[in-house]
Amino acid sequence: MNTNALDFQTKSIWQTLRVADWIYALILMAGAIFAFQKYSQYMDAYEKGFLFAAAATFSYLGWRWKAIAKLVLGVGALSLLAISQYQGDLGRTSQAFLLKFFLGSQTAIMWMNVLFVLAMLTYWFAMFRRSMFVGKVASSLTWAAVLFGFVGLMVRWYESYLIAPDVGHIPISNLYEVFILFCLITASLYLYYEQQFKASQLGGFVLLIINAGVGFILWYTFDRNAHEIQPLVPALQSYWMKIHVPANFIGYGAFSMAAMVAAAYLLAQKGVMAKYLPGLDVLDDVIYKSIAVGFAFFTIATILGAMWAAEAWGGYWSWDPKETWALIVWLNYAAWLHLRMVKGLRGPVLAWWALVGLLVTMFAFLGVNMFLSGLHSYGTL
Amino acid sequence: MKPPITFSQRLYELLSSMRFAVSLLTIIAIASIIGTVLKQNEPYENYIIKFGQFWFEMFNKLGLYDVYHSSWFLLILLFLVISTSLCIWRNTPNMLREWRTFKEHAQEKSLRAFSHQSSIANPNPSGDVQQKISQYLIGQGYAFKVQPQESGDTLIAAKMGTHQRLGYILTHAAIVIICFGGLLDGNLPFKVQELLGNKRIEVLDIPASQVPEISRLKESNLSYRANMTLPEGASSNVAFLRVRDGYLLQELPFRVALLDFRIQHYPTGQPKSFESDVEIIDPELKAPLRQTIRVNHPLIYKGVAIYQSDFQDGGSGLDFKVWNLSQAEASSVDLKGQVFKKGTLGEGAGKLTVEFNEFRKFNIINLSPDGKGKPQNVGPNTTYKLRNASGQAREFVTYMQPLNIDGKAYFVFGVRDTVQDDFKYLRIPAGPDMELEGFMRFRAVMLNPEYYPQIARRLGDAAMTKDSQLRQQFEQGAQQLLKAFAEGGYTKLAKTIEAAVPEAQRDKAAEAYVKMLHAAAYTAYNISQKQAGKRELATTQENQIMLQDSLNAMNDMMFYGTPYLLQLRDFQQLEASGFQLTKSPGQFWVYLGSVLLVLGVFAMFYIRERRLWLLIKANEVLVAMSSNRKNMDFEREFNRTQQQLRQLLT
Repeated sequence: MNTNALDFQTKSIWQTLRVADWIYALILMAGAIFAFQKYSQYMDAYEKGFLFAAAATFSYLGWRWKAIAKLVLGVGALSLLAISQYQGDLGRTSQAFLLKFFLGSQTAIMWMNVLFVLAMLTYWFAMFRRSMFVGKVASSLTWAAVLFGFVGLMVRWYESYLIAPDVGHIPISNLYEVFILFCLITASLYLYYEQQFKASQLGGFVLLIINAGVGFILWYTFDRNAHEIQPLVPALQSYWMKIHVPANFIGYGAFSMAAMVAAAYLLAQKGVMAKYLPGLDVLDDVIYKSIAVGFAFFTIATILGAMWAAEAWGGYWSWDPKETWALIVWLNYAAWLHLRMVKGLRGPVLAWWALVGLLVTMFAFLGVNMFLSGLHSYGTL
Repeated sequence: MKPPITFSQRLYELLSSMRFAVSLLTIIAIASIIGTVLKQNEPYENYIIKFGQFWFEMFNKLGLYDVYHSSWFLLILLFLVISTSLCIWRNTPNMLREWRTFKEHAQEKSLRAFSHQSSIANPNPSGDVQQKISQYLIGQGYAFKVQPQESGDTLIAAKMGTHQRLGYILTHAAIVIICFGGLLDGNLPFKVQELLGNKRIEVLDIPASQVPEISRLKESNLSYRANMTLPEGASSNVAFLRVRDGYLLQELPFRVALLDFRIQHYPTGQPKSFESDVEIIDPELKAPLRQTIRVNHPLIYKGVAIYQSDFQDGGSGLDFKVWNLSQAEASSVDLKGQVFKKGTLGEGAGKLTVEFNEFRKFNIINLSPDGKGKPQNVGPNTTYKLRNASGQAREFVTYMQPLNIDGKAYFVFGVRDTVQDDFKYLRIPAGPDMELEGFMRFRAVMLNPEYYPQIARRLGDAAMTKDSQLRQQFEQGAQQLLKAFAEGGYTKLAKTIEAAVPEAQRDKAAEAYVKMLHAAAYTAYNISQKQAGKRELATTQENQIMLQDSLNAMNDMMFYGTPYLLQLRDFQQLEASGFQLTKSPGQFWVYLGSVLLVLGVFAMFYIRERRLWLLIKANEVLVAMSSNRKNMDFEREFNRTQQQLRQLLT
């Protein structure tokens, strides 16, 4: 066999693209142009930039991870279908069949909740049965939950404008909305690593924290009526929200996932469920990778937050409780990464640290809102 | 390597060590928690009330009321900067070497000792091995160097992703730059000047023009975050910096005038926008600069950013009706007031000073009993204090419009003894005419003994008894009942029952008394209506409740703490806008550091450094691979690489 060195050449991303990839990117770009033509008078220069940057980002993500391209198209198609059902009348939420039972924002979010619960049970079942097939079913359920969740958010975005044009805003502005975002981002990150490491045994663990979020959403909905769309307070009326909040929740989601995998690591290392779980080296690698993603995005989010603060609160850093706790979270994982990357430390100590890190992260996310008062009191319980 | 011997060497080793850096990160994290748990920069009285004098002094010495600017916290941060700088100093030469070098001087012996190495035997055809490998390396994206060996073998040393090493330098330099920026914006210069005695905070509440030189900061001050409150129509060229329990005055290189302040609301009542139309007056400007400042949209002029930060009252005019509760009369006198000003009530020993503290045009309150309903705007309210001759004061709040509670309208008056307490509320039913006069007329009848015979007679008529003695007894009882209620409310009534009725029958008696009181109230109300030329009250469930609520209000008035009930009738609103003025020369450095930090973090995580050595010998090719991060990706890559090379060369 006469092999040529060029056979092994690593291809650049452009060389790997197929016709379908280009069509996908074209659809996104066309969507962005359509939105721009229709709504550009309501956007400021930054928001116009975000619109096209989003099309580019999701094109790239879709090229790198084919599954997410399908999700993006699915969310787009279902959201458009839902919007067409409204005919500009919010009352149709409870009249139109599709909206009432599937695609109205509230219904879609309820579907997300139900599917996440089912997915978790299925993951656990698959793990103890060691069934590849059931594991695949669980993954599909998770994908479906993510699909419904994102459709729910998109439709909620549209609904907010139906209430009144000046009430309309992206649905990441209060605790209820960001909890949905948290569930969706954590699930997406997990699905990525599940595919990368073929580790669907971890689904049950990661879905635990997601379902804790689901529990919160349900309580918040039924006890506090938090699902009602509220207008934005003046401080939140800014383009910064569109980048600061998602970046933060990639951080929170990744840290949460790392903690859940760390729990699996600690169990496996003690011999509990070890025969059902992936090897310790795989678990260790997943923990590291998600903390790395989390740290990178948390860094960006904190910087964006500081830049926003400089525009809204009169200074990039005010030692506000939320800012300070963001710093504490950041320092915590900075220390973790030092030990792991510079010292080369591995094993249960770092796994424990990642698990305890979840408490710090959750306090920054929730505890600050519940127990401390400050400038960043948008999501009070 | 020689072990470090001198003290300075040992110190250098310690400060630049990883152990020290990680400890510092942890210490800063823990120290930061203090300032989030203990509310920072509150007025000192609050701390004294909370902790008591001893602990207040203690915590004050530790700087806990402004942790992030305390000397010890700054010292820790200084150590972070020193430690990080030394880390850079210590590791950068090595990092740069690693970044550039191909490590082409690796020995065969050491390559064979690698954990990731493998040997490809008898490559075929032998002639173009080196060329094939070169092509392969280029295709993979490696940079490489060919190093002929003395033994006649050829070593190819290749590297990829060494830019990762720059990530280390970038992130650590970023921390130092960010801290430097923070230092520029910090209050260190003032601290030094205070220590030298050049500057001192002012603690007295005096007009800006009288603040002495020693408490003034010049225009040339490099950085500040100061506050300015302007009533509409006013202007100022100074701002205030709060420091501990006092303040400093910051002089500005221009004058700010507030033309108009606006709050817009959503239909639900929540605020939609806070806007101030301001004018910048500066001799250097041909004409004053006019602009609107909104939340999220500051105005930047001469390096000073002016932010919309809050708003308050600017001295609104208030018109009250004062009802004197010590008299059984339905008459009131007018009183004019102005927010932040004082007035007087009464004369002689009972003279009271009224301090008008606050006026709010919009009050978004959730009035639903379970707290689940929607908050709504309940209209204007005003807060004032009544202070007696000996200086004791109670605080009162009054709402201008009746509040809708459980579907019924009430005038609401709140009172509290200290600012720490919650307000206790007096609720007066607004009645069918939605005004206070009706209740006051009713009260005047209920509390005036002259009417009691008339009321008792009517009750007697209604009781339909033929027995005149019984009737007389009944009417007497009714009069006594009214008298007792007028004198001491429900408490006095209970006492009367206790004194007159044996214990076994008290419950029954109380029931009868309350029934009679309600009947009397109904009669009294209609007397008052008739006097005012108004219609009589129909006997409906709704009116029954209204009368009962009115009786409750009369009873509660005895605990209102003052005989003066101030009813807000009208107002002339004057608003004041609160600005924050920030000069922040460190911002550029902080942002620069932030950009470097992000670049560095991504370089460290997502550029993977890999090195590959290929020793081409006569009858084998030795493949050795290394990475400074040994993880699963690397294992996979090594396996792939050596398999591909094997395929290529055999």
